[in-house]
Amino acid sequence: MTRTIAYVRNQMQGQEPPPVSQIGAIRWMHENLFSGPLNSILTILSVLCVGWIAQHIGPWFLNAVWNADSLAECRQILQGETGACFGVIKDRWHQLLYGFYPQDSYWRPNLAAALLLVALAPLLFPDVPRKLIWFSLLYPAVGFFLLWGGSIWPPLVALAGLAVGFAAYAALIKTSSLAATIAAIIVPILWWLFVSGPLGDALAQATPGLGLRSIGSDEFGGFMLSIIIGVTGIALSLPLGILLALGRKSDLLLVKVICVGFIEFIRGVPLITLLFTASLLLNYFLPPGSNFDIILRVIIMVTLFAAAYMAEVIRGGLAALPRGQYEAADALGLDYWKAQQLIIMPQALKISIPGIVGTFIGLFKDTTLVVFIGLLDPIGLSSAIRADTDWNGIYWELFLFIGALFFIFCFSMSRYSMYLEKKLKTDHR
Amino acid sequence: MKKSVFLGTLSLAALAGGLASAATLDDVKARGVLNCGVSTGVNGFSAPDASGEWQGFDVAVCRAVAAAVLADPKKVKFVSTTGQTRFTALASGEIDILSRNSTWTFSRDVDLKFTFAGVNYYDGQGFMVSKALGVSSAKELDGATVCIQTGTTTELNLADYFKSNNMSYEPVPIETNAEAQQQYLAGACDVYTTDASGLAATRATFADPENHIVLPEIISKEPLGPMVRHGDDQWSDIVMWTLNALIAAEEYGVTSANIEELAKGTNNPEINRLLGTEGDLGAMFGLDKEWGKRAIQAGGNYGEIFAANIGESTPIGIARGLNAQWTQGGLLYSPPFR
Repeated sequence: MTRTIAYVRNQMQGQEPPPVSQIGAIRWMHENLFSGPLNSILTILSVLCVGWIAQHIGPWFLNAVWNADSLAECRQILQGETGACFGVIKDRWHQLLYGFYPQDSYWRPNLAAALLLVALAPLLFPDVPRKLIWFSLLYPAVGFFLLWGGSIWPPLVALAGLAVGFAAYAALIKTSSLAATIAAIIVPILWWLFVSGPLGDALAQATPGLGLRSIGSDEFGGFMLSIIIGVTGIALSLPLGILLALGRKSDLLLVKVICVGFIEFIRGVPLITLLFTASLLLNYFLPPGSNFDIILRVIIMVTLFAAAYMAEVIRGGLAALPRGQYEAADALGLDYWKAQQLIIMPQALKISIPGIVGTFIGLFKDTTLVVFIGLLDPIGLSSAIRADTDWNGIYWELFLFIGALFFIFCFSMSRYSMYLEKKLKTDHR
Repeated sequence: MKKSVFLGTLSLAALAGGLASAATLDDVKARGVLNCGVSTGVNGFSAPDASGEWQGFDVAVCRAVAAAVLADPKKVKFVSTTGQTRFTALASGEIDILSRNSTWTFSRDVDLKFTFAGVNYYDGQGFMVSKALGVSSAKELDGATVCIQTGTTTELNLADYFKSNNMSYEPVPIETNAEAQQQYLAGACDVYTTDASGLAATRATFADPENHIVLPEIISKEPLGPMVRHGDDQWSDIVMWTLNALIAAEEYGVTSANIEELAKGTNNPEINRLLGTEGDLGAMFGLDKEWGKRAIQAGGNYGEIFAANIGESTPIGIARGLNAQWTQGGLLYSPPFR
């Protein structure tokens, strides 16, 4: 039986749309921009600030002149109005990128850069076929040969050092793993020090035609130089840093003292001091007339510098591991290197990723310091370009271009590190 | 990839250590290329152009020496040096000549053990002000703010000058010339002071050069010239007399246009000796007869080099002034070629 009660609704009312203040842009603005008096004031101030900047910089970008061969021509085109003169970039972009590298050989650094991406792929991304890692191992020799040219033999002979080291390891591993490890490190170093130089030269003289045109370090410059120093420094400082971090935590007194001394010394000295040492002091120690490549000297110093910082970053990762992890490795009967390889390092490195990438980015940007020892990196070239009568007086355009290039590199490193952190995230914190 | 270089260099170092260092001339001839230290960029004096070729007044000295010694002005490897690295680069043998607008001073000559092979540019410190300031003499600059590069001799000269004239100033320290331009144009300082050649080059880049003047006072002596190491007199002679050849060529009216004509022989024995048609001066320092002719052909005589790089027809527009021949009231005076 149905009864109708006057005060009970028997027909549902249609749905009302939400109030205007609770939907769309208005709600978003209310929540994010004007949620209170303080935020409202800040929002208005920010908008005014952005507007003021845009008003001042806007015309400079909008009036930009690309087709001009000198600053004077730019000014003529602009006729007194403010405007950027990006003609300098159009005129000199190749110099900012490649330095004085011969123009007909630009394909060499281009190819080296493309192959660098191929070589990096298996190290950076797990989906890439594992076999490519062999190419990554070969890449240092390939890259060196492409960039510096000369005979093909010296890089090949240097590569053979790795094979020799592996052979020594394989021969000794049955007898003792410690002896094999030591041999795998010592034998290649002896090879590189005493065999590879003379052998490479002898082979080069035997087959003179085999190779590319040799290009000296003095023709290197621009962004290419930054990348060479940065990438080599990054690639070498990570393994060196890991060894130093392990050395610092080692129970062997001598190893520990050496590692601590090295790390603290390098961290106590500014990079610019080390660069001056590389550029000036080494010349006095080496016999007169010897030509110790300046780029190589700088790479060594930058690598040592970054390795010391890297060691401390990784030590932080090691310190964050609970003691139980070490004990678990011991309980499984793993020896020191196995424990490091299978249990300790994967976790410690994962913890240290932000710090490691931070050090990488810092190192890459520090390469601009080489301008103080007369190497023409992008910053050095900007002053050299300004010294040309055509472009004297140009300032912001060059720095904007250089800044944009550095931003692309550093930003992609930073994004990659975030991707890696997300991918390796196994805990549920 | 670095390892192989390392090895190569190590073995090279070991090899070189065994050899006694030979005379610079022999080294350069054996190498087939002249290593010349230049600045990382000074307007009109040394700067790479769009194709990477170094151009400028200091660069021309190196090209002339290369032409005299190696018979090819292109056979120069330019090593860019900064104020800090230039002297070490020369002392360590990384470069054969330093041609980097360096001032000839007692201590650089004596204490640093270098030899100045003459002067290719007589410079001096000056002041630039905006015309709106209404100043016509440096003596009226009392109380001015001055943009000054730190750590240079210009800083000391400025302090001396203002002190001896009982004036005060407020320094605005800056690091590079480019920074100075920005600061000066932004009005951070009333006065910009550096070498007069630098002031002229800077003024030439302004959008409104007519609104700025370089004051007449020159407050210091800055003789700039190419340097070589102590102890190799043959090499310093070659550099010095190459420079003298360029200066003498202007005095005798030998230009890149008429040199072929004059090299066939003239009735002026001095020109004949300079160009190698009479006598054999080159043999005295280990070169052939025509070294002087080639040096002049590389970029013309001193006057032509000056006009092409920094002279009044260029945007920099420096007048000859002290850098005119002695016959024109300047200081250029080449000893006789005899």
